[in-house]
Amino acid sequence: MPQLLLELFSEEIPARMQGQAAKDLERMAREHLAAAGFLPEALKTFAGPRRLTLVAEGLPLAQADRKEELKGPRVGAPQQAMDGFLRKAGLTQDQLVEQNGVWMAFVEKKGRPTAEIIAEMVEAIVRGFAWPKSMTWGTGKLRWVRPLKRILCVLDREVVPFEIDGIVSGDVTEGHRFMGDAKPLVAKDFDEYVAGLEAHYVVLDVEERKARILEGCKTLCFARHLELVEDIGLLEEVAGLAEWPTPVLGDMDPSFLDLPPEVIRTSMRTHQKYFAVRKPGQAGLAPHFITVANIEAKDGGKVIAAGNAKVLSSRLADARFFWDEDVKTGFEPWLAKLDGVTFHAKLGTMAQRVERIVALAGEIAPLVGADVDKAKEAARLAKGDLTSQMVGEFPELQGIMGGYYARHFGLDAEVAAAIEGHYKPQGPSDAVPTAPVSVAVALADKLDTLLGFFGIDEKPTGSKDPYALRRAALGVIRTILENGFPSSLFLIIAKPLARIRVAIDFESVRNAEAKISGVTQIPLSVRDEFIDRFIQQKFEEATGADSEAWASRVALDLVAFFADRLKVTLKDQGKRHDLVDAVFALGDDDLARIVARVEALDGFLKTDDGKNLLAGYKRASNILKAEEKKGPLPEGTPEEPAADSAAEVGLYQALRLLDRPLKDALAKEDFTGAMAQLAELRGPVDAYLDGVFVNDPEHRDNRLKTLAAVRAAMGLVADFGLVAG
Amino acid sequence: MPAAPKSFQSLILTLHNYWSEKGCVILQPHDVEVGAGTLHPATVLRALGPKPWNAAYVQPSRRPGDGRYGENPNRLQHYYQYQVILKPNPANMQDLYLGSLEAIGLDLRTHDIRFVEDDWENPTVGAWGLGWEVWCDGMEVSQYTYFQQVGGLDVNPVAGELTYGLERLAMYVFGVDNVYDLPFNDPDSPLGALTYGDVFLANERQQSEANFHGYDVAVLKQQFEQMEEQVPLMLARSYKNETLVLPAYDMVLKASHLFNLMNARGAIAVAERASYIGRIRDLCKMCAQKWVELQEAA
Repeated sequence: MPQLLLELFSEEIPARMQGQAAKDLERMAREHLAAAGFLPEALKTFAGPRRLTLVAEGLPLAQADRKEELKGPRVGAPQQAMDGFLRKAGLTQDQLVEQNGVWMAFVEKKGRPTAEIIAEMVEAIVRGFAWPKSMTWGTGKLRWVRPLKRILCVLDREVVPFEIDGIVSGDVTEGHRFMGDAKPLVAKDFDEYVAGLEAHYVVLDVEERKARILEGCKTLCFARHLELVEDIGLLEEVAGLAEWPTPVLGDMDPSFLDLPPEVIRTSMRTHQKYFAVRKPGQAGLAPHFITVANIEAKDGGKVIAAGNAKVLSSRLADARFFWDEDVKTGFEPWLAKLDGVTFHAKLGTMAQRVERIVALAGEIAPLVGADVDKAKEAARLAKGDLTSQMVGEFPELQGIMGGYYARHFGLDAEVAAAIEGHYKPQGPSDAVPTAPVSVAVALADKLDTLLGFFGIDEKPTGSKDPYALRRAALGVIRTILENGFPSSLFLIIAKPLARIRVAIDFESVRNAEAKISGVTQIPLSVRDEFIDRFIQQKFEEATGADSEAWASRVALDLVAFFADRLKVTLKDQGKRHDLVDAVFALGDDDLARIVARVEALDGFLKTDDGKNLLAGYKRASNILKAEEKKGPLPEGTPEEPAADSAAEVGLYQALRLLDRPLKDALAKEDFTGAMAQLAELRGPVDAYLDGVFVNDPEHRDNRLKTLAAVRAAMGLVADFGLVAG
Repeated sequence: MPAAPKSFQSLILTLHNYWSEKGCVILQPHDVEVGAGTLHPATVLRALGPKPWNAAYVQPSRRPGDGRYGENPNRLQHYYQYQVILKPNPANMQDLYLGSLEAIGLDLRTHDIRFVEDDWENPTVGAWGLGWEVWCDGMEVSQYTYFQQVGGLDVNPVAGELTYGLERLAMYVFGVDNVYDLPFNDPDSPLGALTYGDVFLANERQQSEANFHGYDVAVLKQQFEQMEEQVPLMLARSYKNETLVLPAYDMVLKASHLFNLMNARGAIAVAERASYIGRIRDLCKMCAQKWVELQEAA
């Protein structure tokens, strides 16, 4: 079956856009082909520095012929309706057939040649392509990411003829910009194309380019007894910058090794796109780097290595300059500058944010076993490095530099570690902080962010999460769980929530204060009260809600958001989602407790007792639900049944015996113990359901109360109604 | 091919010859202080309107805040940019550019030349475009831009702009680590060889001190405001139905330079910065608008 090969050849496409472009090209082509009734056997796209390529296998040379039914006007409809229909359909009245009182036309549609459809498809794709940024060039109107130079389009080895704004399709492309013979090359199918490109020093497939880079790097490292510091993001990027990627190892001036390794690596990566290397098995870096060139140089890369080394030296000299300036300045002047840095228009300055984090870190410290003063001090200093020169140059070193500088100035080791680690965890694979002071500051930082943005109603929606709130919530969850800190989320967020409320209205508060401070005779206490009332009033004006209601809404929203994130986490860990739901239904807001419950429940339901008790629960619950429809269920505790009904007495006793130890176990948060207690119910519940007729008019009330008691006792542990099975 | 240049000035002459042969108008620098070669009216204004325009020139560029008293080997408050504008950009503009690198002695089979995404914008003149920084062995040697907007107006046809940082390029081509050691004229000159430092070191020292401490902020501010007032008045005048756009634009450039001086003196608070830039942009937009009207009427 015929093959389609399409190449859109342009000037250099930004590396960061190539991956998505390949996906978009595939999606658009599939849609167009499907709309034309084609289902290619295989379709693959490629993206590189100068080209987007598509190959589709197994297309027919023409569409199949189709019969179309067109429904016309009713018989006896006005002539205008008939004329309109005929005009639109391009038919005459004698071609119509009467069917069930309606004029119908049965038209044979000849299938169109595939080439025609492909020509339209390419034009639609080129004109409709969604580049993140596009441009026009020369005198034309066409938009592409950079000037589009050529379009190669062959179907079954024949050029598909078309023209888009002066670009005429053909079977010709170009190889490497500098290597090869610089002559255009002809390709009539994919095999010729790939072979031609290879011969002209172009590796088409990004995966092959990546493999070539890694292999080249490792060969260079091996020869010099070095080890590559792997960096997947960087690999992706450099694979998009070279058509014939060729790693070259260069030497770095070793005198720069006294800079923090993070600084060297970041400078290499962000400015120069170099890989760092180290001595095998050693921490720190070795004084070399690997750059990925786009050519195999005539001199084997000596000039390239030397040139890049020189550039790196001047970059690192800059970094050393920043370090020297920074250690001359220090934390206090940096912190003073935070007053002039806006965190968010509605949430005040960074200095105000720091004040909130300090207060919150002080409140969290005792809960996580941290020294309160150290936690507050670390929180006060944690954002200082944001105004340092080094972080100004390398924003991704925030925190890390703070830690280096804190140690340089001889600050307390726990404080320094907390400054360094307070952004952690920065992603699902990043470790959570474990030192108590670090934990307090890390939690305070993330909670302030979450409270602030929830407070101003900037919650994540769908795929949009511009303030990375999901990551922050997940960070809080993992920090709490992996350290095993028990505590109620509501309790933690109540006070900072009040502070956020003030922050949101900070402007009005300041205005109020300014107004009042002129009136000196007002006693301070009255003044504070006045400000409080003023805030309340401003808040109500601004939001149309009273602030108490607002605070509880934000708190509920936020806890629900945590619950949602926790569910995602637990599901990612392979916990059954129905068990997670069953525990969440209890409305608990202590993350550690929720997880302990899910785990205990999971274990219990794997036992025979668990499975059978669940079945019993469902039966009891079904009976209760059915009876509930007839009217309200009787309330209260069941009476002791007559002694001759063994099944009834058995369950009654079991419930009575269960009550205290179950509640004790729950109070101790011993959920496995609580499950074991519930297991005691299994026999009596089974016997009861098998031997007792609940709807006996004489005993119905008491028997329903008994079943309700079973449901209530089990409900203390989880909502078994939500468990599948 | 003629011999590769051996000095800073022959590098400039080589580029002049190259772009002259390609058909460009070779201009001299604009005689008003500017922060970048783009601001020369030959680029900002000529990029607008329907008429073709191809020009190359050297433009001294002043960045008062970058002064280092002649003590930093890479940073200058006064340096040269080589600027090429091709409108409409020819289809082979990348090849023409690469040809200019070969002309100054860079062998494209030995050096690693890369086009790395870099979208250029200059908020003070309301201009932006898409393009690249061009890297040679990891060093940025040029900025390559296809203008999309200038003075807040869409451009059509599109002009391609090339900016070479001449000192940096020369340091790389001649293998010199300190800008002040660059050979300015032929090292074998019978009249005596001079370095970049011989020519410019005193200027860097004096201007740095003036930029950071010498200028009177109150005077700068007053001059800025005067220029700002004058621009609309000048644009209201005309000679034989031709609005005085070029003199008005010179005043915008002066205002822009005065802003840079105030900035270097530390006289502009972070919060004020955006508002100053906005004021200059508005002036520039007025000029751009009038310029386009003139071009379209002609």
